[in-house]
Amino acid sequence: MTATTTEPAATATTTKGVSYKTPIALGAFALLAILLFVVFGRDGVSTFSFAQSGTVALPDVRFPVRGTGVVVAVIAVLLAVVAAALVRLRGASSRWLVVVFALALVVGFLAWATAGQRLPIIGLLTGSLALAAPLIFGALGGVVSERVGVVNIAIEGQLLAGAFVSAVLASVTKNLFVGLVGAVIAGTLVSFVLAALSIKYVVNQVIVGVVLNVLVLGLTTFLYQSVLIPATDTLNQPPTFSNLPIPGLSLIPVLGPLLFDQSIVTYLMIIAVFVVWIGLTRTRWGLRLRAVGEHPQAADTVGINVARTRFWNVALAGAIVGLGGAYFTLGSVGAFSQNITSGAGYIALAAVIFGRWDPLRASAAGLLFGFASQVANILGIVGSPVPSDILLTLPYVVTIVAVAGLVGRVRGPAAAGRPYVKG
Amino acid sequence: MRLELSGITKAFGALVANDHIDLTVEPGEIHCLLGENGAGKSTLMNILYGLLRADSGEIRLDGVAQHFTGPGDAMRAGIGMVHQHFMLIPVFTVAENLMLGHEQTKAGFLDLPAARARVQEISARFGFDLDPDALVEDLPVGVQQRVEIVKALSRDAKVLVFDEPTAVLTPQETDELIAIMRQLRDAGTAIVFITHKLREVREVADRITVVRLGKVVGEAEPTASNAELASLMVGRSVELTVQRAPSTGGDVGLQVAGLSVLDAAGQIVVDDVDFVVRRGEILAIAGVQGNGQTELTEALLGLQDDVRGTITLDGRDITGASVRQVLDAGVGFVPEDRQEDALVAEFSIAENLMLDRSDGAPFVKGGAVQRRDLESFATATVKEFDVRAQGIDTHVGRLSGGNQQKVVLARELSRDLRLFVAAQPTRGLDVGSIEFVHERIVATRDEGVPVIVISTELDEVAALADRIAVMYRGRIVGIVPGDTSRDVLGLMMAGELPDDVRTAA
Repeated sequence: MTATTTEPAATATTTKGVSYKTPIALGAFALLAILLFVVFGRDGVSTFSFAQSGTVALPDVRFPVRGTGVVVAVIAVLLAVVAAALVRLRGASSRWLVVVFALALVVGFLAWATAGQRLPIIGLLTGSLALAAPLIFGALGGVVSERVGVVNIAIEGQLLAGAFVSAVLASVTKNLFVGLVGAVIAGTLVSFVLAALSIKYVVNQVIVGVVLNVLVLGLTTFLYQSVLIPATDTLNQPPTFSNLPIPGLSLIPVLGPLLFDQSIVTYLMIIAVFVVWIGLTRTRWGLRLRAVGEHPQAADTVGINVARTRFWNVALAGAIVGLGGAYFTLGSVGAFSQNITSGAGYIALAAVIFGRWDPLRASAAGLLFGFASQVANILGIVGSPVPSDILLTLPYVVTIVAVAGLVGRVRGPAAAGRPYVKG
Repeated sequence: MRLELSGITKAFGALVANDHIDLTVEPGEIHCLLGENGAGKSTLMNILYGLLRADSGEIRLDGVAQHFTGPGDAMRAGIGMVHQHFMLIPVFTVAENLMLGHEQTKAGFLDLPAARARVQEISARFGFDLDPDALVEDLPVGVQQRVEIVKALSRDAKVLVFDEPTAVLTPQETDELIAIMRQLRDAGTAIVFITHKLREVREVADRITVVRLGKVVGEAEPTASNAELASLMVGRSVELTVQRAPSTGGDVGLQVAGLSVLDAAGQIVVDDVDFVVRRGEILAIAGVQGNGQTELTEALLGLQDDVRGTITLDGRDITGASVRQVLDAGVGFVPEDRQEDALVAEFSIAENLMLDRSDGAPFVKGGAVQRRDLESFATATVKEFDVRAQGIDTHVGRLSGGNQQKVVLARELSRDLRLFVAAQPTRGLDVGSIEFVHERIVATRDEGVPVIVISTELDEVAALADRIAVMYRGRIVGIVPGDTSRDVLGLMMAGELPDDVRTAA
């Protein structure tokens, strides 16, 4: 008995050519950079301000806009050429190269857009994290649900339900934690419907998800207008979480205010990202969850109850997303308003796919989308040559480019969206 | 552990899949469960493994009645199963697959080192060389099957069920598997070996139980002849070998030169293949599933997009021709997946019979289907090909596999053919239908049509082929005479061409 046949099966096959997608995309962006920064270059100086009360302030960084634009455009062209060369020589471009390219372009764009103005960097970053928080909660819920094999389109509905219930409960009880628990329960309840219909009754998961979103939107809008508005004082004026600076750490420049001077919901989020990540990869819970999402029948044959695993993990996903909903009301705004989530759930869904169903990458994608939103906000405030309506589309443009352009064909959980019927 | 099944009955609607089946398997014994596809073997084993619940009957282990509510219970009781379609998570490593369902943890985290050690310990016991950290999807099927075996053994299985384990293996891998089964038996494991391949049964079985139509129809000794076993299995005497005269060997009909096929991802799946098929000759293309046979036949039919090289039929270049043009050139084709590619289940027999001639005479004139012509044609053909159905209006989806295949054959063979290509023509068919299909293929050859038969079953290849081309990883390893021995073919299916072999290119 020998094992001579154990060589990998793919050695005899060869690949036809390599993909020039990355260099071509970089080239297109480089052209855009030349057009914007050089042809339509602006004069003046852009000041990136790191001013921050209470911490050791870093000095301002000043960019002469026209010079910076030219430098960035040159860097962009060079990197695009290097990427093409790498593809030619090694067959693939480098991921770091893309990251450096993107950073250069972002700096160039911010400098160009704020010529003659001050750009508050700390505000830009903390605001990005604030806008990203519900997206990250949503994306984590999406990852958990899809990795166990149930497509979770209902993130939007779970966020909205969490936002509504937490606002009302916190207003009535004047207790933030009751609000938080309420949000968890609301998200879970939406998940129960999704889980019951898609697992027990084998209804199409996408349809259930979309219908749930519409249902929750209609329900919260109706209740908001008919119940909350007449009684705003008692029902829709929740307290908000105040920041809990961590002594010492919060004084670190830039990182301090960003990571260590936040509300408890944000801390929860950071913890959740790592718990989900480690849980999925290193624990029995994660192994079984992934098995059920990849090959439910195989999981069944080793004694894992597929339906039960799916049901409770979809419920868990709803609980996580519900926390994100509470972030809207208790974490920032301090009141519920009609359709307060305004599509954040769908962006979170995009983050799941952009992040390739991995909790860390999906969270990073959430951060990226949050950053895009905050850039649009800040440029709207400081005033920029780009009309604000166009700026407001920025997060969505970034989403489309990210999901369609950068992700390409990825492989999700093999059994996501497919109901498991025994027999 | 002694396994007893008594009076197991299971019905799906009106179909009784298991009808009071009794079976006893002793420890240290290989017990073969022999029966045709659809005889109820897999249903019985799924009941044993807790995947299905029996309507009545009892499972006893060492005399103690068991009540399994799921596979978990069965495994805890000491029953392991090597499934026909592997129950492995492709994106998990070997060690992760092994531990799934009974994970050891350390401080809440998976104890992967323990699982790795377990893989190595068990595989060393049987002389395998399994890498615990290899991803299952990267492993060849034969090795994946060993992972399945190791997985079952890691649960201390005392009763081990092998469900059609040789379907995906080369003959050499089959021999190795048989050696493993013997080793397990000698260590005291009770083994249930499910198969419909007579050769393996006689080689490995200590006892044989034959099931037909959900019932146990008899026991046989391993010394029984193939013909005895086959007649037990089918319920009547059958001809196992097709009567055929040697090929007359006419002019070249099909010539394939330097043919390569690339799949959608740009991978080469058929790699520089050359062969000819003469009129009145059957060329069998043998090989383990997934070595480019499917893509080769699709390229002949014009179903593949990225094809290099030339395909010449009767001196005419048909490379890159559309499927319509290929069919009009006189190519008949039996696809390997009957239900998916050959038939429309919701159409009647008559409609399926005219599927490839829906664009003109004789069945369509002026855009209208000529019902009367079609009916008379269908009635005659159904009779000629012995399709057992209520009438020509019966939906094809309601026919048995054998009758469905007869409909496909009837459609393809009722035209004037210049080439006939049959891919896996008897897959999943009962012995009686196999007999019929083989006879028709040989009759087609005798009419002077060049025939290509693609098959993964060596029995079929040996029964039909005038010459045999063996494919491995997209290439033709060699073309050898039809009477080449199994051992040589087996080596060729693993990519080796022995030096002393006669070629027949």
